[in-house]
Amino acid sequence: MNEAYSQDHDATSAEVFGGDASGFIPALPEKMSVRNLDFFYGDNRALKSVNVPLYDRKVTAFIGPSGCGKSTLLRVLNRMYDLYPGQRAVGDVLLDGENVLDPRLDVNALRARVGMVFQKPTPFPMTIYENIAFGVRLYEKLGKADMDERVEKALRGAAIWDEVKDKLNASGLSLSGGQQQRLCIARTVAIQPEVILFDEPCSALDPISTAKIEELFDELREAYTIAIVTHNMQQAVRVSQYTAFMYLGEMVEFGETDQIFQTPRESRTQDYITGRFG
Amino acid sequence: MSLATVRKARSAIAMGACIASAVIGIAALAIILGALLWNGFSSLSLDVFTKMTPPPGASGGLLNAIVGSLIMTVLGVAIGAPLGLLAGTYMAEYGRYSKLTTVVRFINDILLSAPSIVIGLFVYEITVLQMGHFSAYAGALALALLVVPVVVRTTEDMLNLVPGGLREAAIAMGLPRSLIIRHIAYKAARAGLITGLLLAVARVSGETAPLLFTALNNQFFSSNLNAPMASLPVVIFQFAMSPYKDWQSLAWAGALLITAAVLTLSIGARILGAQKTFK
Repeated sequence: MNEAYSQDHDATSAEVFGGDASGFIPALPEKMSVRNLDFFYGDNRALKSVNVPLYDRKVTAFIGPSGCGKSTLLRVLNRMYDLYPGQRAVGDVLLDGENVLDPRLDVNALRARVGMVFQKPTPFPMTIYENIAFGVRLYEKLGKADMDERVEKALRGAAIWDEVKDKLNASGLSLSGGQQQRLCIARTVAIQPEVILFDEPCSALDPISTAKIEELFDELREAYTIAIVTHNMQQAVRVSQYTAFMYLGEMVEFGETDQIFQTPRESRTQDYITGRFG
Repeated sequence: MSLATVRKARSAIAMGACIASAVIGIAALAIILGALLWNGFSSLSLDVFTKMTPPPGASGGLLNAIVGSLIMTVLGVAIGAPLGLLAGTYMAEYGRYSKLTTVVRFINDILLSAPSIVIGLFVYEITVLQMGHFSAYAGALALALLVVPVVVRTTEDMLNLVPGGLREAAIAMGLPRSLIIRHIAYKAARAGLITGLLLAVARVSGETAPLLFTALNNQFFSSNLNAPMASLPVVIFQFAMSPYKDWQSLAWAGALLITAAVLTLSIGARILGAQKTFK
């Protein structure tokens, strides 16, 4: 895993930028691209001309003080904001070149491709097995044996199989918070999305559960493009290859994680990561 | 007097008033229940459950009234509950932000507090007058109209209590609305929904006024829905007002039966409602 990590570093030259993404020459394919995105809660402009790429099979961390628009940005990527009246996005968000903001787009199909894990673990009120199988059944017709296999694979992928394999018929709600969150990750992975969005996935968990989930990221990014919003800067360093620093709805700086944390170009980034505000 | 003394005196007065109110309320309930148990139990016998309502001076029971109440309550709930459930689901899930929901909620609240005699008169107008005779159909319809607003209200409230995060998590998986409602929201709110249903049954099982205008009464056993049908509340009303001792004692027995049934339903609803259905 470490090897892969250092390879990534060599692969992308010190092509970094501050302010906006237009001057950045991507060395990697972009799975998703956010271009000139504005977002409004009613009249309140929560995102201001945001540009940012999500590179294919990389982890991109979004950091910044509360209210800076990180979670808002994430909720645009899978159109979650659609659920609420008065919220709208203007600009382009491309997934493999297709604009996900297109009103004619099938949002359910989009959400099957762009999965999301939330801050608070949200197991469905059903058995552990059904928590996984429920979503899968919607997209694929699998026989009993195939479904068992898929459930096991998803639970293994979220590093929770050993803890639940003897109680698959217990309620998902009977698990601990950290286990519930891994169950939610398993549930998301099981429907085989292409992108997974993590919205502060560890902020409600204890350090041991957090460590278990962080360990998953290196494995997950072999198959998925990942975006993670986090308030924990060490976590951003540990799990991500790219980091975006946002402040007051603006994308202040985007670059390789090491560069952002060691040699930030913007003074606001410097101030934030050294704890001067936020 | 120091401030503390004044405060303590005020507190004592307020506390005294609270206790007095509580005692008056509970005492009234205790006297009603006591009289009911005393007179009801002494009138209760096997005959009550096996014989028909008698003419004055003869021996008899309440079988036709019990069966009539059961038939009309079950039918009324069978008509009203699905309507209420679907309307409440629309309001909480599909139309949460729509104007229609606000309007429906307002009208529903009016219906919820409408005197049941008005509902009875309304159903009398649209069924009994049109058909030319009283019927169990009309009675069940009147009860259904009383069930609807209760179920609409509890369904909407209970579905609104389902955590938004749970719904969002399901939506984020690309699950369609219908599936989320049936398999996640209903499941999470199940205890609350059943509680609402039980409360609706409890509400209608003691209703007299709407049945007086619709199903009327029937001295004989009848399972014909197109004919007048006896019911416990109406029989209690008729017998309790009568000058005959044995009718009055049957009325006590009927009152005890209804109270016991409503109490059982309410306690059942309480127990279910107290169960933790969702986090």
